[in-house]
Amino acid sequence: MVQDIFLGNYTSCVAARSTNRAILAGSQDGGIVTQLFAFALEEGIIDGAIVAGPGDEPYRPRPMVATTVAELYAARGTKYNICPNVSFIKEATRSYGLDRVGIVGTPCQMQAIRKGQLYPVGLRDVPDKIALAIGIFCMENFPYQSIVQLVEDHANTKMENVVKMDIGKGKFWVYTERGAVIQLPLKITHKYEQPGCHVCLDYVANLGDVSTGSVGTPDGWSTVFVRSKKGNDVWSKAMAAGCFETKPIEEVKPGLELVTKLATEKITKNRKTLEERASFGVAKGLRNPYI
Amino acid sequence: MGLFERILVIFQKKDVTVKTPQTPAPIPVAEPAAPPTEAIPAERAPVVEEQRPAVPPDEKEPTTAQPDIKEVKPVSDKITAGHVHMSGCTGCEVALADNYAGLLTLLDKYVDWVYDLTLIDVRHIPEMDVALVEGSVCINDRISVEEIRETRKKAKIVVALGSCATYGNITRFCRGGQQNQPQHEAYLPIGDLIKVDVYLPGCGPSPQLIRNVCVAAYLLLKGNADQQALATAYLKPLMMLPERGTSACFCDLMYEVIDQGLCIGCGACAAACPVRAITHEYGKPQGQRDLCIKCGACYNQCPRSWYSFDVVNQYESIMETIDAAMEP
Ligand SMILES: Cc1cc2nc3c(=O)[nH]c(=O)nc-3n(C[C@H](O)[C@H](O)[C@H](O)COP(=O)(O)OP(=O)(O)OC[C@H]3O[C@@H](n4cnc5c(N)ncnc54)[C@H](O)[C@@H]3O)c2cc1C
Ligand code: SF4
Repeated sequence: MVQDIFLGNYTSCVAARSTNRAILAGSQDGGIVTQLFAFALEEGIIDGAIVAGPGDEPYRPRPMVATTVAELYAARGTKYNICPNVSFIKEATRSYGLDRVGIVGTPCQMQAIRKGQLYPVGLRDVPDKIALAIGIFCMENFPYQSIVQLVEDHANTKMENVVKMDIGKGKFWVYTERGAVIQLPLKITHKYEQPGCHVCLDYVANLGDVSTGSVGTPDGWSTVFVRSKKGNDVWSKAMAAGCFETKPIEEVKPGLELVTKLATEKITKNRKTLEERASFGVAKGLRNPYI
Repeated sequence: MGLFERILVIFQKKDVTVKTPQTPAPIPVAEPAAPPTEAIPAERAPVVEEQRPAVPPDEKEPTTAQPDIKEVKPVSDKITAGHVHMSGCTGCEVALADNYAGLLTLLDKYVDWVYDLTLIDVRHIPEMDVALVEGSVCINDRISVEEIRETRKKAKIVVALGSCATYGNITRFCRGGQQNQPQHEAYLPIGDLIKVDVYLPGCGPSPQLIRNVCVAAYLLLKGNADQQALATAYLKPLMMLPERGTSACFCDLMYEVIDQGLCIGCGACAAACPVRAITHEYGKPQGQRDLCIKCGACYNQCPRSWYSFDVVNQYESIMETIDAAMEP
């Protein structure tokens, strides 16, 4: 078990991608999330998974309890705006009757899940039913309207035209169905970020059973941290079943070094934000949620 | 923190009698280096409780040492607890019972249940280590007021169980007129009348939260140094809540999380709300305030109202400790 103040605890870290081309075709990176849920669903490790499904407007996600592989497919890809997946966690065990729930979410959503398991104030019968929580790396998230503004005002295209958005290599990328690729420097996107993200002290979803993101590995691949016993169990079964192609993280570029660098930057910056909040007014500060 | 020290002093006094046997008593929880997963080894289970004299709990002398040092597994290893029923719907007690077999384990291994109007024929509030108080206090009812005062005197630790006891909850909306005491119209959370040590909110509080708190309380009082540290860290946020006050509703979520620029749209508040008053519009929580019953579930479930890295980062070993403790 590696214990790292920025990268959290993990038993292994690899570069990986799904061996299923159909999954990769619509996934954001190496299709880790969709592949792992699909495997867990088929093996009965989970009864369903809460994912970011399609909503009423383009790229506006809505939490969805996926109980079929087809539904998992429909939720592939990153939507760079808020999808309150945790809001379905009790619903999944009640209205959907799931005994073993999967859920994907950003680091803060993993924190909400784990706090909820330890302090289930309003989460009756939920704590023992979380079977697989997959965390995705996250530097920041955006309100939906910020994304609309970035795509329509800055990237000058319509939301309906977009087939993929991505953040990587220091840029915000917008891909359209007619093949245009627009890149915006992150300098432009920063001010549109969700303010709550600026006090977040987790980059690589330290509390996921498994956590994954694009940073650290080549295009089309993902960096995967296997963290908990549950995570280890499902990951090794999925490996044995041939779900993933992997490479040691030491053998890929840019590797863990970049992940560590970005994690350190995020956490250091946000610690500073917390300090600034403490003396925000005149002899009055803003709240710090961490005790 | 003053309370912990107070608790430890109180119970160490008790433990003196426990630890006097010449042959080291096999009390596994007292071994210092036990890793958390083996917190409560299976040998604990066959307790010689049956040999206990059938003293009605309310007549039992609470903290005075029992002179019989031959008793290897002393009665005092359990904590005594009871349920004090103020103005509530008994839903909190039902939530406790909804631990099913887990409740039996709790009663078997950790807790002597000494007072409970619905279950035990004891008329007056006895001395006890932990009082779980359900319901708010009707200040127009002399007996209720006397009983809550009595509870504070008789219990070392007072836990406000559920949202009526912690925040008033649905009883905040009472205007009287109910037969057969129509003049009973004003209800207050217990923290407005007595000092409360631990909050355990929720309408009803989830069986798993009650379970977790019970196990943590036991480890705090009876565990080894590591377990005490873990239990202290776990209980700390719940012990800070009474200091914060007797109000928590969707408005508090607005004032302390959303308006403070801390919300990240995770959705925990909406999941926790027992009356489905919270929805997310474009990712952000919207509360239908007319539906809000002031239970405080959203506020307390939110990862941005209070959050302890010390505790939550150890979620896996804490859950394992609790699971091990709940092995029948
Ligand atoms: C807001 C945001 C910021 C991110 N920032 C980074 C970053 O800085 N560095 C990095 O390496 N990776 C980041 N990621 C993760 C990355 O974009 C991919 O989501 C991740 O690598 C998983 O890809 P995949 O191919 O394995 O998953 P896929 O198979 O494509 O599945 C992705 C899963 O994530 C779910 N999902 C999509 N959007 C959201 C959302 N908004 N909230 C919750 N769940 C969602 C989908 O429903 C789907 O189940 C971020 C993701 C999000 C949502
Ligand atoms: S639980 Fe807290 S952080 Fe999460 S959506 Fe609700 S208010 Fe925002």
